[in-house]
Amino acid sequence: MKIRNKILLGVAAIILLGVFLFPLWQIRMQAPQYPEGLGVNIWIHNITSVHPHNIDTINDLNHYIGMKPIEPDAVPELKIMPYIVVFISVVALIVLWLSNRTLFIGWLIMFAALASAAMIDFYLWLYDFGHNLDPDAAIKVPGMSYQPPILGSRQLLNIHVNSMPGLGGYLIILSLLIGVYILIDELRTKKTTTKKATLHRERS
Amino acid sequence: MSPLNYLKNSGVSIIILAITLIMSGCSSPKSEIGNEDAASEIYVPPGKHDEFYSFMSGGWTGNISVYGIPSGRHLYTIPVFSQTPTNGYGYTEETKALLNTSFGFVPWGDTHHIQPSKTNGDYDGRWIFINDRNTPRIARIDLKTFRTDEIIEIPNTAGQHSSAFVSSNTEYVSANTEYSIPLPKPLGSGVDVPIASYKKNFHGTISLIKVDQKTGQMDIGFQIQVPPFDYDLGRFGLGVSKDWVFYTMYNTEQAHTLLEVNASQNDKDFVLAVNWKKAEQAAADGKGQLISSPYIHNLRNPETGIAETETKEQVRVLKPSDLQGAIYYMPAPKSPHGINVSPDGEYISEGGKLSTVVPVQSFTKMTNAIQNNDTTGSIQGIPILKYESVLAYEVKDAGLGPLHVEYDGEGHGYNSDFISSEIVKWDLKTGKVLDRHPAYYSTGHLTVAGGDTRNPYGKYLIALNKITKDRYLPTGPEMFAGEQLFDISGDKMKLILDFPVEGEPHNAAEIPASLIDSGQVQYFKLSENRNPYVTRTEHDTKVVRDGKRVDVYMTAIRSHFTPDNIEGIKVGDTVYLHVTNIEQEWDIPHGFALKGMLNSGMLIMPGETRTNVWKPQSPGIYPFYCTDFCSALHQEMQGYIRVSPADSDVKLTYGTNKDL
Repeated sequence: MKIRNKILLGVAAIILLGVFLFPLWQIRMQAPQYPEGLGVNIWIHNITSVHPHNIDTINDLNHYIGMKPIEPDAVPELKIMPYIVVFISVVALIVLWLSNRTLFIGWLIMFAALASAAMIDFYLWLYDFGHNLDPDAAIKVPGMSYQPPILGSRQLLNIHVNSMPGLGGYLIILSLLIGVYILIDELRTKKTTTKKATLHRERS
Repeated sequence: MSPLNYLKNSGVSIIILAITLIMSGCSSPKSEIGNEDAASEIYVPPGKHDEFYSFMSGGWTGNISVYGIPSGRHLYTIPVFSQTPTNGYGYTEETKALLNTSFGFVPWGDTHHIQPSKTNGDYDGRWIFINDRNTPRIARIDLKTFRTDEIIEIPNTAGQHSSAFVSSNTEYVSANTEYSIPLPKPLGSGVDVPIASYKKNFHGTISLIKVDQKTGQMDIGFQIQVPPFDYDLGRFGLGVSKDWVFYTMYNTEQAHTLLEVNASQNDKDFVLAVNWKKAEQAAADGKGQLISSPYIHNLRNPETGIAETETKEQVRVLKPSDLQGAIYYMPAPKSPHGINVSPDGEYISEGGKLSTVVPVQSFTKMTNAIQNNDTTGSIQGIPILKYESVLAYEVKDAGLGPLHVEYDGEGHGYNSDFISSEIVKWDLKTGKVLDRHPAYYSTGHLTVAGGDTRNPYGKYLIALNKITKDRYLPTGPEMFAGEQLFDISGDKMKLILDFPVEGEPHNAAEIPASLIDSGQVQYFKLSENRNPYVTRTEHDTKVVRDGKRVDVYMTAIRSHFTPDNIEGIKVGDTVYLHVTNIEQEWDIPHGFALKGMLNSGMLIMPGETRTNVWKPQSPGIYPFYCTDFCSALHQEMQGYIRVSPADSDVKLTYGTNKDL
């Protein structure tokens, strides 16, 4: 691997640890009664209120439609994900140390697979919240489900929901993009060096 | 002043009075409205906030009403001295102790003078203080919650009109006697004396109440026993005069009956000037006497939020002889009323109810007169400074019945006139009248935004009128008082708004919104609720019997109570209903109302616990419900309590969403 790419890989590994400092995702809600807005921050290890007690308020509102309360302690993924991130970061540093291109490709595939799995898992949670409703709920709108969007906006009764990556989420994307850039650069370099070698052989 | 001089001096004013009466009688107020400039000046668009809070004493409502200025919108009413069954103030176990006095539980009051707390002579937005004239008390309101947190009773005093004035750095609040009374021994000769022995046996007191700089908590520092005149109003000095406090008084005749005649005989009454710094030192030096004078101090415990009553036993009382060089009388024209100190502290102006001029004394001249011993005798050891020696000037043509003066910080004084019903603007250096504007009708206090501070905000002046009559749609014989907002930013005063206010505001204080709005408590943190009867979660709800006492630990959250079914209550029980609002969100109060409740309703703010006591009188099913429209299913927020005969064996059971 090229020195520059190894530095970039180190940067990608460190950037990834930024998810411990910033939320991965943010779901914001606007309603006529909530001019100041409500919202939750989804972290690698927790779910928190954007303004104090927003989770309590959201749970309180959601009980009318029979949605399950948001209980961070009841989400096992929040306990596992910090280890996974540290693992990805540490493996990147080992790859850097060994300077092995094949291992690097393996690391990148693993990283992309785990990130995709996290998104799918996130979607399933949102689907479950939106569809798995208490049949005794006070408010029942035929045909209505309340699944928040994973990205972008949706109107759910009186509440406008907007879902966007947080800074932590962007850091993962950036880390992944650096990995892809290194991959492309390494493959291109390999081609040129092979070509150069062939040319050299032909000349001699 | 001889009657002839009086006529001569007041001649101009009488003509003005006549003109004013003709104007108010003939010209339609329409000339004032329909003014588009005025409309845009007072217009606060939907969703926007006013520039100032105006705190108005409610007079006989016993409370404080809060308005937005310039819109005149009524924002809130703060319960202070009057029980408020709508939210439970003065009824619930948490608040009722605030209204205890040495006379017992006094459920109402007569609020007069509002004074905000100050730092370096300017408002700091922390607290406001207000007096009850009838049962001498001072209340402190916290401006983070707009709640009455403390009420202190003032002993050895009566008709406490002359209060609650605040010193430059809120070191002291002053509260004084208007109606002199006999004092217990050893201060006086006992309290059971003939009324006709007024001159011999009656006394006035000046009280200086120490304010804790951190918590705002009040304690009587000391009292000064003074001659039995009617101490009417007062103000602490500012800037150069900040170590002094000034009080007006009438009834130097010492009349005790038909005061309207008998207390209006002397040509001059007095202003009392006290150097409170020196008086404080005298008290600290142990001068005067510690007198047994039990008084009540009520404080909302900062930990639990529950008001508690404490009886204090003694006060230190100083006599004028203990305050040599620190207490003086200054003559003032006949029956002065208001007294106000200019922003720099140099000018002290009084309104004379029966005078035609506003006298303005100079603080510099006063200190010179004290140095030169420029006196004309003394009363009970209090030297009287010569009127001419301390006078800066008299404002001629100040109108008839000038009552109060405020200042705009641009070198102008403004006085209100009760009799000629107008506001008069004059130059603070010379006393030359610059402008006058009729007011509808009979202005009492007037207020300039920040008009009693070192740096008045100016811009707005409010006339607090005593007579309403035809200014609004009539509401039978009883009406709200009418206030008038003037724009005073130009050379000429402009009347821009009439707005009705509840009660009879005696005075008001305007505080910039920016000093108050950012620090507002939106709800109370449930995790910090230290009420001993708090219920933090629905799992913790319970009903506990101890003999004939039953404690109900209930929660309220949208849109149900827990428990909402209770059985096993019996006739003869005393039921303590402790309701905790477990919401943690701004502006989601829950109410609690129970059929046949003899006490009051309750309004419970998020995170708070409120307790009402209920003694069911007969068997039956008693529904209860939430009185604050909290949610779409607010109607459904209800429950039942079953009351059985005293000898019944129905078991104590309770719950929500289950059959008992």
